[in-house]
Amino acid sequence: MASWIDSALVLLILTNLMLLGSSRIRTCIRAVAAQGIVLGLLALVAHRGAPSLHTLLLAVGGMGLKGLLFPWLLFRARREANVRREPRPFVGYQASIVAGTVAMGVSLWLGARLPLPGGVISPLVVPAALFTILCGLFLMVSRKTALMQVVGYLVLENGIYVFGAAGVQEAPLLVELGVLLDVFVAVFVMGITIFHISRQFDHIETDRLADLKE
Amino acid sequence: MSVHAVSFLSLPAALLLAPLLAGIVNRTKAFFAGRTGQPLLQRYHDLAKLFRKGTVYSRTTTWVFRAGPVVGLAALLAAMALVPVAGGPASLAFSGDLVLFAYLLGLARFATVLAALDTGSSFEGMGASREVQFAALAEPALLLGLAAIARETGSLSLSGMLGTITGGAWASAGPVLALVAAALLVVFLAENARIPFDDPTTHLELTMVHEVMVLDHGGPDLALIETASALKLWILGSLVVGILVPVRTGRPWLDAGAFLAGMAALGVITGIVESSMARLRLSAVPQLLVGAGALSALALMLVLW
Amino acid sequence: MLVLALVLIPAAAGAAAFAIRSDAVRRALLVATAVLHAALTLAAWMRRPAPALGGWLFLDALGLLFLSITSALFLVAAVYAVGYLRREARGSRPDFQEGVFFSNAPEAIFTGCLLLFLATMSLVTASQHLGILWVAIEATTLASAPLIYFHRHHRSLEATWKYLMICSVGIALSLLGNFFLAVAGTGLAGEGAAAARVPLVIGDLLARAGSLQTQWLKAAFLFLLVGYGTKMGLAPLHTWLPDAHSEAPSVVSALLSGALLNCAALGILRALQVCAAAGQAAFCQDLLVGFGLISMGIAAVFLIGQPDYKRMLAYSSVEHMGILALGVGLGGAGGFGALLHAVNHSLTKGMLFLLSGNILAAYNSKSTTDVRGLVRVLPLSGVLWFAGFLAITGSPPFGPFLSEFTILKAAIDGGRAGVAAAYLVMLAVAFVGMAGAFLRMTQGGGAPGPARPVRREALLAIAPPAALGVLVLLLGLYVPPALRDAILAASRAIGLK
Repeated sequence: MASWIDSALVLLILTNLMLLGSSRIRTCIRAVAAQGIVLGLLALVAHRGAPSLHTLLLAVGGMGLKGLLFPWLLFRARREANVRREPRPFVGYQASIVAGTVAMGVSLWLGARLPLPGGVISPLVVPAALFTILCGLFLMVSRKTALMQVVGYLVLENGIYVFGAAGVQEAPLLVELGVLLDVFVAVFVMGITIFHISRQFDHIETDRLADLKE
Repeated sequence: MSVHAVSFLSLPAALLLAPLLAGIVNRTKAFFAGRTGQPLLQRYHDLAKLFRKGTVYSRTTTWVFRAGPVVGLAALLAAMALVPVAGGPASLAFSGDLVLFAYLLGLARFATVLAALDTGSSFEGMGASREVQFAALAEPALLLGLAAIARETGSLSLSGMLGTITGGAWASAGPVLALVAAALLVVFLAENARIPFDDPTTHLELTMVHEVMVLDHGGPDLALIETASALKLWILGSLVVGILVPVRTGRPWLDAGAFLAGMAALGVITGIVESSMARLRLSAVPQLLVGAGALSALALMLVLW
Repeated sequence: MLVLALVLIPAAAGAAAFAIRSDAVRRALLVATAVLHAALTLAAWMRRPAPALGGWLFLDALGLLFLSITSALFLVAAVYAVGYLRREARGSRPDFQEGVFFSNAPEAIFTGCLLLFLATMSLVTASQHLGILWVAIEATTLASAPLIYFHRHHRSLEATWKYLMICSVGIALSLLGNFFLAVAGTGLAGEGAAAARVPLVIGDLLARAGSLQTQWLKAAFLFLLVGYGTKMGLAPLHTWLPDAHSEAPSVVSALLSGALLNCAALGILRALQVCAAAGQAAFCQDLLVGFGLISMGIAAVFLIGQPDYKRMLAYSSVEHMGILALGVGLGGAGGFGALLHAVNHSLTKGMLFLLSGNILAAYNSKSTTDVRGLVRVLPLSGVLWFAGFLAITGSPPFGPFLSEFTILKAAIDGGRAGVAAAYLVMLAVAFVGMAGAFLRMTQGGGAPGPARPVRREALLAIAPPAALGVLVLLLGLYVPPALRDAILAASRAIGLK
């Protein structure tokens, strides 16, 4: 059973590398969708024995939201804004992949030094979570398109969720649902804002949104 | 250092079967294109034809040009001797032979590049520069991947590494092996000048990478180069199949059969990949190679930690 | 029950506002909900309501104080908003700064989001479960983003995007802080950890604070401080604040500065509560003093020569949030001063932002050099504007003077002369920076007159800021014992030494 969890976590790491190295926005959105599905599966396999209704509900709900609904919203925003690729990110793609590999090493090193007292479902969980968080932050900072920044935010949230799932505890159902709902509304509002940005500015590159200074 | 008599069979078998592998790839591509395509044994006929021909050497070339194909083939034969096939040990095996392996491949490439530069033609120079750039980026993927497997299996010899990859190894270290296999597949495609890195069927010199380096060779030299490239296909394919097909029953015919079936499948897969993908823009190739390097690095990190 | 009503009534009203077609009915609903909310808050003062949702929602002393500030400010803002919405032109019109044509968002979205904003802020003040607190604070970000984008031109869009992104990232980091806190609360047992886990409810955390693991607790506080600090406007995480608060309509700016920043501060205070109970107060307070001084410093620098008066008010908010953090960080009487300052600052800044709306409507310019002679053109607003300037920079006899003085006294009593000196210097710099602009605006002559002819100021435009101004003056002269006891109870609840 443990190696299923490990395989799921390696898949998660691979989706992060895919996000770092890809210039096409559709590929990135698909990668985030894949991440959402992997996280849902992770929630299901992480349970010893039969999953409770709570876990089932959250896993299926999470997979539906992150794997289907968010990508749909992002694809719509992409279509409305009419962008295909990230134009010229602050950090090039090859440099991003190299940075990602270094970040993976750092996460593995840090993960060994952060023992969770309650026990973990797999020794790879904390490094994978840290790596995903770092990738999310990196994407938000290095990419110019507003859409990619939303993708980075989703990756950041995914990473934090994995960290939350790292221990053997569960958060109460209401809180988890609240978090999911918040992220959903956030993506929704961000999608609408991107639509407005593309209408107002004819582009969605946030580094050109520089009128307000000082 | 150990020399195995039975494994000596693998070297002539490789020479014999390598052109067949290239034929399988071509046949698959033709199938996907809706053509009948070349016969499977066409490459043998081509080689025979080339050996019968005479050669013309340009006045601007030196002995380097004539030595290139010979050195290339010799280096690859030596590398073949190090590669274990069918789960058994290689003809030559010693600790650390994976480094020699990588360098023999590099020597073969070096000889070809020198011969290309020796002609003084700009096309060959362009091809040579592209070739070495891609090779430089593919090296980390190859070496890191082999290092990961070396660490995982605890052996520094190719025979020891690939010989112990059984189903059990996959069960316990599946993600690592899968990552290394993926990275080595990318290296396989890159080093053998396959799509998405290079189009072997193109006739436009400006778009060539590998083909353009051997543009000025003819006759027996070209036959040697063709044999060498087929052998390279076989060698790198053996590595990939060695990881992906974990059949190590200990019975030589069974293992050999599984190995050959794996090689044939690899040929078909290569044909499918070549038919379904377009060639990458030259500026996008480094991205894919660095990605493969990242996969190998990830595998190594997972093993080390 | 009452607690649930405080959250659900504005939420339901907000949802209804989206559907209502008639402007008049919607505005009436806005004011009615604000009045009802204020009444419920008043009832909560008289008799503390029972906990709801199994103890997850409860108005303790700290929560009740912040709820009251929010409710009072919202009531005043709602009344002002009715007048504001009536005055706003329909359809597309040229922007005064650049001449591009823009229109407003539908009024239904404005009113609906305002009410949802109130609902989410009430939820923040009432949450005892840190997870619900997180959900509520993120919800305030999402409810207020459409409000910033009310005037639909590119500057406000840029401000909205920055606000959304920076605050969402910050709040995501504080979610990580929540997880660290949960980890800190796990017992050292292996498989049987579920029983030894401390739930993220304030009461439980305080009760079992001794068993929280120190390293994880400190890391949790750091992430919660950085995360909620982004929302609160602590420098260097404040970069969204000047843009958002200056581009939003004045009503919204008043609420953002006066109520929302406080709610984010409440998140940090809850974390501080837990840490103090676990004996880590010194570590946390040092961090707060550091952030406070940095915020004051950066704000003071940017206040000098600031050409846009709404941005000036926004930077002043950064400075005052720094003062709040500093006060809490100093502890003792400083905590009392900080909470009193939260009250004073909210009321004063609310008044100033509402007045800025009047000025903008009359002069059509956000520049401090274009606006001159306010006392002649808009006499009532002008007087209140100048009074507001005196109040916000800490002059007696207004309220902020008392709270800032209390914090200064706490610094000196605690023997932290360096902190006190820096505090005074930065307050002085802020005073000088704002004085020039405000004096010019109020008294100065010789600039081109206002775009619109002078006329009588609308009642709905002047009564709300005047009410706030009177309150601030009263608080400066006399702090009612009920308020004083409430603040004392709240600062004791935080548990600072």
